[in-house]
Formats: sequence, structure tokens, C-alpha cells
Amino acid sequence: MAEKTSNGAGIRLRDVAVRYPNSDRDAVAGVDLDVPAGALVVLLGPSGCGKSTLLRTINRLVTPLRGSIELDGIDVTQTDAQTLRRGIGYVIQAVGLFPHMTIAQNVAIVPQLLGWPPNEISARVDELLGLVRLEPARYRERLPRELSGGEQQRVGVARALAARPRVLLMDEPFGAVDAIVRLALQEETRRIHAALGTTIVFVTHDVDEALRLADRIVVMKDGRIEQVDTPLRALAKPATPYVAELLDAHDAIRRLGLMRARDAMVPLDGRESIARVEPDTPLRDVLSMLLEGADVVTVADGRGIVGSVSFNDIRAALTATER
Amino acid sequence: MTFLERHPGEVALITLQHVELVAIALLAACAIALPLGIVVARSRRAGPIVLAALNVVYTIPSLALLALLVPVFGIGTLTALIALTAYALMILVRNVAAGLRGVPFALTDAARGLGMSSRQTLWRVELPLAFPVMLGGMRLATITLIALATLASWINAGGLGTLIIYGLQHDDPSRALVGSAIAALLAIGADFGFRRLERLVRS
Repeated sequence: MAEKTSNGAGIRLRDVAVRYPNSDRDAVAGVDLDVPAGALVVLLGPSGCGKSTLLRTINRLVTPLRGSIELDGIDVTQTDAQTLRRGIGYVIQAVGLFPHMTIAQNVAIVPQLLGWPPNEISARVDELLGLVRLEPARYRERLPRELSGGEQQRVGVARALAARPRVLLMDEPFGAVDAIVRLALQEETRRIHAALGTTIVFVTHDVDEALRLADRIVVMKDGRIEQVDTPLRALAKPATPYVAELLDAHDAIRRLGLMRARDAMVPLDGRESIARVEPDTPLRDVLSMLLEGADVVTVADGRGIVGSVSFNDIRAALTATER
Repeated sequence: MTFLERHPGEVALITLQHVELVAIALLAACAIALPLGIVVARSRRAGPIVLAALNVVYTIPSLALLALLVPVFGIGTLTALIALTAYALMILVRNVAAGLRGVPFALTDAARGLGMSSRQTLWRVELPLAFPVMLGGMRLATITLIALATLASWINAGGLGTLIIYGLQHDDPSRALVGSAIAALLAIGADFGFRRLERLVRS
């Protein structure tokens, strides 16, 4: 993809606290968090845990009581709020599209606010609709309500990416679409993230969504961070009983869904089987093949056999994650 | 309807006068109601005060309001216009505020999050989305004003009331009937027109 620049900005939060008026407790209670440039970080927790509020401090939709928020070392309060927001993509649930504007007008909003020339905006709209796999000629002039929930959400992502933001904030963006469409949108999110290198902060209460998407998962409870880790580490070594319960961390099968055949593979040892997988196949699928009767599963890539996995290899790999 | 046959020119002129009263009052009221409605929708403190003040005006019987205004503004068209505008205000301000309040939070949140200023959010998102509700208010205000404007002739401001009052006072029912019928037709026509417009902007 032509845009591959890995131009994401790093985000640094220090002692961020938020209290809403008429509330006697902090919605966010002194949070430190570092989001590396280009990472996809998921804030996970039940409703009311402060994850959305924390997200909204980054583009200043919420003003913290105290603490500092820096984008690439620059305090967000140093930038005029509107200028800041135009440089940060923002995606919310499907309802966020403006119903009285066409798809093209919706996508064009930020470039227009930034004063881009019309022909450049028009070209950018086509490019973005292509990026989220909506054929520009078919979709440009339609109104949001003429689109399915999943299509609307793709437009929401295109709109947020319009002015090439270095940070993309996504607030439960796929909450309103059905499970199958949600899976496809998650796939798209990963693909776009890989292609653009934009830093993404993603809020969800859906554990599976968080595990599937995150480079790093941030588990929150009562306005505080319980654990920041890779999904696999969080599952294998939950920092608190709360994290263990939320993630259902005792479920070894869940962990295997995040591991690959190559993680358990014993390199070329002569064992061979008609059951074959690729190095990237989730271990969960490998386990399923073993349970269905194979004694050993052969791992092969494009060039040939690279190793094999047995039941014991999987057990050993699982144990290794707990160390 | 012999009166209508004998004086078509006069009836047309009076009708036009009536429409003029309503149209000018409505335009003036719209111009004032828009900023007031925005204040009512936005301000927790000033909003209720504005609404309460308008409510007081609205509860004064229409004839009494005219009587109150005459010592200040004299008799004539200006006074009638002021009274009509004041009545329309209540209806319009309420609808502007209701329309703005009806815009889902997610949309204003998205607008802010994309970097629109509050003025841009108002003009590009909130007002366009509130417009159908505002049109409903204009329809109601227009119908009300068409009826109320028949009272304008009491203070020598013309309109269809001229026919109605003269007819009643001089035992000339056909004249009063013509005036009433035209007023009713105007109201029905306005209702129809605005409803079509509402359907058009909603689709």
C-alpha cells in the first residue's frame, strides 16, 4: 500500500484523573499509560470502568482533573482543541455518520475543515472508500441510512482516516453490528493498521474482540489499570484475580487461539502425518485435529515440511507461556 | 356569496393584506426565534427564563394584548405585527429548541471529535437535523397567525377581520362568512403546503 509510512504517534499518559460533575468518585483515577508509536492498544473493561473516558481525554473531548497527556512528547493542551482533533481520527458506533450528508460528504469532513482543495478531497474520498473496500462509484452519493450497519461502520473508519491522522481513536466502534460482520470489521481494522502504521487506541467491553485485535491489552476496573500486557501474557499470567476472571484466563483453549503452530512445533524430527497445517495456523485448530485422531500434525510452509506438533508439544508450549 | 360577486377586487385586496400581516409577522418571528431557540436549547440558566417570558406573552388573551400595545405603539399595522410576532415566538422558539435537543448526542460528539467548532457543529449538523421539527413549528405558527390576524382589524390594521367585524356589526352575514371562509381556506392551504414541505425535507 502506497501510504505505508508507519507514521503513528506515541501517546504518553501520566497520572490522568477525571471526575464528572455531580459524581463523588473519579471516573479515571490517576492512570499512567504508554502507547508506543504504531501500536494497536485495546482498552478493555466493563461499562463504567473509565475506558471510554480515558480515550476521550486524548482528543480533549474530556478534560482531566489532573495529569498530562502527550502525543509525541507534546502536551495535548498546547494545541488548540479543534486543530488537535482534526489530526486525530475518531470512530464511534455506527450512529456517528451524519444522516443528512452523503457518504462522500461524511468522509470529506475533516479535509474540508482543513481547507484542502476540492479535487484533492474528491480523490482522497475515492482512495479511502477503496481502502475500506466500498466501491467509490457505488457508494459516494448514497446516504448513510441506505447502507448496512457494517458498511456504515466502514465509512466511519474511512472518515476518521481522511486527513491521514497519526492516531486513531475507536470507541466501541463495532458494538452495533452482528457477530459475523464484527469479525470482518476486526479483520479490516488489523489490515488497515498493518498497512498504515497508524497508532490505534481501541475501546471495547468484548473480551474476544480485545484478544483478537490487540498488540497490547489494557484491562481497566473502577478507573484504574489492572494490567497492561500482550493478549497472550495477560491470559497466561493475569496480574490480578479480576483480570483472570474477566479474561476467563483459566481457559487454556482460549490461549491456544492466540498461539500458532510454530509456537509449539518441534523442528524436523522425522515424524510425519497426513494432517498438515501451516506455521501460522492457530494452535487451537491443531489441537482440534489431534483430538479428532491424528497422533501428530505436520507443519509445512510453501517450501516443504518444517516440523510437527503433538499433544505433548502443545502442553509444553502452554506451560512455557506461564513462565 | 353575493358580496363576493359584487366586490371581488376589494376581497382580493383584503385577503392580500391578511397574508401580508401573517407573512411579515412570521418572518420576523423566525428571525428572532432562531437565536432564542438556540439559547433555550443550550443554556440551562437563560433558557427557562426566555421560555417563561414567552409563556407570559402567550397566556395574555389576544385582544387584551392588542389593548396593552395600543397605548405604546398606537393603532395600526405596526401594533398588529408586534402582537402577531409575539404570539408566533412562543411556538417557534419551542420548536427550534426541541429540534436542537432532538439531535442525538452521538452526532454532536462525532462533530466535535472530528474537530468542528461549536459554530460549525451548529450550522453543519445541528440546525440541518433540527430543520424538519422547526418546519413543524412554522406550520403551527402560520395557522395560528392566520386565525389571530382576523383580530387586527380591531386596531385598524386591515385583513380579513375587516369583513368579519363589519358583517357582524351591520347584520351582513354573507360578508362575515366570506371573511371567515377565506381565513379558513388560507389556514388549510398553509397546513397542506407546510406538510408537503416537511415530507420533502424528511425524505
